[in-house]
Amino acid sequence: MKQNDCNICGKCKDKAEKDLSLCEHLYTILIYSENVPGLLSQISAIFTRRQVNIETLNVCASSTPGVHKYTVVCCCTESMVIMLTKQIEKRIDVLQARYYTDDEIFINETSLLKISTPVMLENARVSEAIREHNARIIEVNPTYATAEKTGSTEEILSLYNTLNAMGAVLQFVRSGRICITKSKAEHLDEFIARREKERKG
Amino acid sequence: MTEKITGAEALMRSLLNEGVETLFGYPGGAIMPVYDALYDYTDRLNHILVRHEQGAVHAAQGYARVSGKVGCAIVTSGPGATNTITGVADAMIDSTPMVVICGQVGAAMLGTDAFQEVDVVNVTNPISKWSYQIRRAEDVAWAVSRAFYIARTGRPGPVVLDFAKNAQTAMVEYKPEKVDFIRSYQPVPTINEEAIEQAAYLINHADRPLLLAGQGIELGNAHQELLDLIEKADIPVGCTLLGLSDLPSDHPLNMGMLGMHGNLGPNVQTNQCDLLIAVGMRFDDRVTGNLNTYAKQAKIIHFDIDPSEFNKNVKVDLAVLGDCKQTLAAVTEKVHRIKHTEWVNSFKPYAEKEYEKVIDKAIHPKEGPLLMAEIIRKVSEATKNEAILVTDVGQNQMFGCRYFKFTKGHSVVTSGGCGTMGFGLPAAIGATFGAPDRTVCLFVGDGGLQMTIQELGTIMEQKAPVKIILLNNNFLGNVRQWQAMFFNHRYSFTPMDNPDFELIAKAYNIPAATVTDRDKLDAEIEKMLTTEGAYLLQCGVLEEDNILPMTPPGANVDEMILEI
Repeated sequence: MKQNDCNICGKCKDKAEKDLSLCEHLYTILIYSENVPGLLSQISAIFTRRQVNIETLNVCASSTPGVHKYTVVCCCTESMVIMLTKQIEKRIDVLQARYYTDDEIFINETSLLKISTPVMLENARVSEAIREHNARIIEVNPTYATAEKTGSTEEILSLYNTLNAMGAVLQFVRSGRICITKSKAEHLDEFIARREKERKG
Repeated sequence: MTEKITGAEALMRSLLNEGVETLFGYPGGAIMPVYDALYDYTDRLNHILVRHEQGAVHAAQGYARVSGKVGCAIVTSGPGATNTITGVADAMIDSTPMVVICGQVGAAMLGTDAFQEVDVVNVTNPISKWSYQIRRAEDVAWAVSRAFYIARTGRPGPVVLDFAKNAQTAMVEYKPEKVDFIRSYQPVPTINEEAIEQAAYLINHADRPLLLAGQGIELGNAHQELLDLIEKADIPVGCTLLGLSDLPSDHPLNMGMLGMHGNLGPNVQTNQCDLLIAVGMRFDDRVTGNLNTYAKQAKIIHFDIDPSEFNKNVKVDLAVLGDCKQTLAAVTEKVHRIKHTEWVNSFKPYAEKEYEKVIDKAIHPKEGPLLMAEIIRKVSEATKNEAILVTDVGQNQMFGCRYFKFTKGHSVVTSGGCGTMGFGLPAAIGATFGAPDRTVCLFVGDGGLQMTIQELGTIMEQKAPVKIILLNNNFLGNVRQWQAMFFNHRYSFTPMDNPDFELIAKAYNIPAATVTDRDKLDAEIEKMLTTEGAYLLQCGVLEEDNILPMTPPGANVDEMILEI
């Protein structure tokens, strides 16, 4: 079911070596919660306790009124992500927590780059790289230019690395990963519908 | 218009609305409006003044464990709240229903490092089931009802309510609330019929089934359902520390206690059975020993109400999610009435070996100083095995749990997961309020007693009838034993110079006696049990006694040491 051949553990290309308790992969955990303060620290504490780093984190209102969505990307074993997900779902105000591999979700991420205008004028490859990566220039002034690049983490990092190697980058920031699931089932809606029925029943 | 009352009085009414009768607490600045309101409610709410906030939470735990009700503690902000932390953590890991209400500075002063301000919600979040700050009097009724609902339902646990002072004094139109549904929290999961079918199938096809009975059976009041299943399918049982009174000690299928200092039979046979049925237990490392060799030959079924317990420590073949009172009953309907006589009998040689090598020597010593085991067994028998056992932590706990016997449920109060020294005395006080018709026997060491010894004051004031059996070996005995076994007898800070405990008890007006002589033991126990109210019986015991058998930490579950 899971595509387990990301490049993180380096062992999974050879399926014989696949071991859920040993191989670390990138997982995206989608968490839906009631809109109550203080939940973020409860969730992050669950990662801290098991010494799993949060790679990126995005929190915002979801499409369901009153429900917040957390998108957490972490790198760990599958048995660990199962445990983390259950522990998160155990918190009273969490509606649902599920984990996904990259093949199960549409992923996007955005970034902003502040580029030195003198370097850009000096080196034609700077604007070439920006065009090749389909980044968008937002503003240019004599001191700096601001570019925006949306895409996968790899595409964003490729642009950053190219520009940085030319000494063109003054500032760089990546947003956390955001994603939606490919599944045809809307698990959260199903969950809420079932719970609302149970409330009335 | 409805009459307006203060938030503090709304708390009183909300507590009554939840059926609270007994509170354990200690006043202080930030909770004073609540204590002022309480002054008018003492005819309906029995507030027990403890001598330290840690005593309040442990007493609430003891109360909850024997009564099955939610224990409740009230303390002030800052140090009052932080003094409850140990009890909150203890209740979390031992799934004890408890609500702790602490005062907090006014909402306007939050975050200013005000006097006695501590960020209690964030401090307690990782160790509580729910932690919430009440900042408005309007929220009191809802928050209290939600707190009790969360604490008692599903897998029970501690809830902390941080009650800001402005919300205590503000006026509010009180309307009772009854929270019995939280959309994001499903305390009792729906039973999966397929899992029930599969569990029954596995049980029906097992030749050597072994059931591990945990505290979930006590918490779910599933004592009868457990008996029905094991008697119908003839399944021997090992009990966890907190599950010891799941079924009577003398039941022919009760093979004894699991774990590091448990009985030989159920531990060894864990690695011999072909089906392991774990019910309401969490495969603690003190039960499993080395996970790499734990029950590898067996299929494993795990019954639990908490899905996050499945596959946490031990990979299971079948998880049966739900309230074990329902799931056990459903499985019992589908299992065949069958006998496993040979398998059940195979526990006997282990019991005999353990009796010969360990138990007989421990409860029938011919000479030498008194032994903890003989005292515990005699006290148990003198109460017709009907008393509530409360222990502290250490050798007193392990001996207590090995040698005390049980005929009724809700009879074990001990700090299992957290291993909190100092738990015993206040927990025993709580137990006397939770089960006023029963005898409460506390076994405590000289170390643990001194951690919360101030609660003798609570016993004095409340006339709480705790029978305190002090097993005094002038050592921190359990650590000393480990030092002897694993640290080359280097007794680093385990010997203790002790005070005259009898004199201390007498200062608190608690009758006390000391016994060191075997011939006088029966009479002294009799005197303790027939004396009305509290009593301290100090037993001078063998200084360097060892609790055996023992599975050394990290060793295989079937590799128990019987002798040192």
